[in-house]
Amino acid sequence: MSREWYQLTAFALREAVRNGETSAVEVTQSYLDRIQSVDGKVGAYVEVWDAHALQQAEKIDARLKRGEDAGPLAGVPVGLKDVFCTKQGTTTCCSKVLKGYRSPFDATVVERLEAAGGIFLGKLNMDEFAMGASTENSAVQVTRNPWNLDYVPGGSSGGSAAAIAASECALALGSDTGGSIRQPAAYCGCVGMKPTYGRVPRHGVVAFASSLDQAGPLTRDVRDMALALNVLCGQDPRDSTASPVQVPDFARALRDDVSDITIGLPREYFTDALADDVRARVESAVIVLRGQGARIVDVSLPHTDYAAAVYFIICCAEASANLARFDGVRYGHRSANASDVRDMYVNSKSETLGAEVKRRLLMGTHVLSVGHYDAYYLKALKVRTLIRQDFEKAFERCDLLLTPTSPTPAFKLGRKTAEPVEMYQSDIHTVSANLAGIPAMSVPCGLTGSGLPVGLQLMGRPFDEEILLRAGYTYEQHRDVDMGVPGIG
Amino acid sequence: MGKITPEDVEQVAELAQLTLDDDEKRRLAEDMGAIFSYLDKLNDLNTDHTEPMMHVLDMINVYRDDEVKPSLTREEAFQNAPQTDGEYFLVPKILEG
Repeated sequence: MSREWYQLTAFALREAVRNGETSAVEVTQSYLDRIQSVDGKVGAYVEVWDAHALQQAEKIDARLKRGEDAGPLAGVPVGLKDVFCTKQGTTTCCSKVLKGYRSPFDATVVERLEAAGGIFLGKLNMDEFAMGASTENSAVQVTRNPWNLDYVPGGSSGGSAAAIAASECALALGSDTGGSIRQPAAYCGCVGMKPTYGRVPRHGVVAFASSLDQAGPLTRDVRDMALALNVLCGQDPRDSTASPVQVPDFARALRDDVSDITIGLPREYFTDALADDVRARVESAVIVLRGQGARIVDVSLPHTDYAAAVYFIICCAEASANLARFDGVRYGHRSANASDVRDMYVNSKSETLGAEVKRRLLMGTHVLSVGHYDAYYLKALKVRTLIRQDFEKAFERCDLLLTPTSPTPAFKLGRKTAEPVEMYQSDIHTVSANLAGIPAMSVPCGLTGSGLPVGLQLMGRPFDEEILLRAGYTYEQHRDVDMGVPGIG
Repeated sequence: MGKITPEDVEQVAELAQLTLDDDEKRRLAEDMGAIFSYLDKLNDLNTDHTEPMMHVLDMINVYRDDEVKPSLTREEAFQNAPQTDGEYFLVPKILEG
């Protein structure tokens, strides 16, 4: 064959392995070779598990040889963001405080991917503790955008998005607290979904902001997204926030038909702040969907302008509680420079945490402190209610919302590192879905004049991932541009 | 919220159990000042009659049977410990005497 295995979608690989056209070992080797040849430029992986991956693949092949069903992802190579606890390798959240940490257990999502026949290629780069929008806050390395190596891949799941874009894995797992799956997916031209809060168990996902965090897949197309969601979603006795709501067969949502769907365009997402190329590509996608019979209506989410501030207060507050555990007692870095317990707590964190993490811990501590709690934290919780009510009202008039995923395409490396407020604003289109707990997916919708991907975001009612898949799938079938693949240069 | 000084930052750092050098304090005072002036826009909204959102899902409490199940072995629990005697995590002395 002229195509290499690493160029195929997860679904196509699964089929090729299942019908004996290739083996899990051959597919895995193809990906390991691909990583070897391009990751020096991209920097997506912080750990590659060559030997372990080939062992997993051999087991899959042996099961298939015995005529067993090796699972819906049998032979599909998967990359894991370093936020997921894995018994194999280390789990560091790309932070010095967790350098060398070996998890004694696998995250529920890792267990589910493995049970489904997925093969783990290794751990992917991220902003330290998932705090960032460019992956530049990683304490380990820089990840570059495969479409243009001078540009960021987005963040915090920048390694996951870059690995998909550069064909260094067929399926990647990311986490999304305020856009950390969708924004890098948009910047790197892949599909990325933050499912409804509670759809995917958080057990073993290192916590950043627990009321907002949600794990989800990054994939090459919408079909692969449905395949991955079928494996990841569903209740978990180890996460009481994992929802008991019935999980459908998401593959059934892959229907080329939007004729009974009403799509709302929230006017607050189409402002002067949009880059011209982004506006043009997203408007063109709206025309494609209208051409397929979707009804398009204008809607309003009046509190959108406050979402980034609400998000920032809540995520910092929750992070300041969650990250208190890195005190040097049970795991992680312990300062050698500590004569008493207080010194040990303080120095262990202070010696290792990066500037962005410290900034957020301080902000979080401040908004929770006496005298500021009501003005900031409680206020943010109240405005969060208003933001959710905005969505409830909008969904009385439409079935899903369509927006640009990010107001701009990827920016240059180093461009925003000195401007925290500007960096936070690259999340303004994505944070609301986390605050409201609703599902949202980014789908590639073309390239800018300079060849950088643009993403459109679809947001739905709680637990209605299916409508996002259906609209995204239909759009993909009729997309008016060929996305192509990045040249990695 | 008025201007944030390096002394304010030091006070919050004390609460957050972080220690910062003078350079960090100065930079963080600037950053936090900019961030707080951005956050203050929330004051434009009247929320006197709005309930705070405590949880995004309308879930009721989740119960399970209280069953004994296998948990981490001591070896597993200690495998990342900075200091242990094999039975306990060891930390610097807490009480004098």
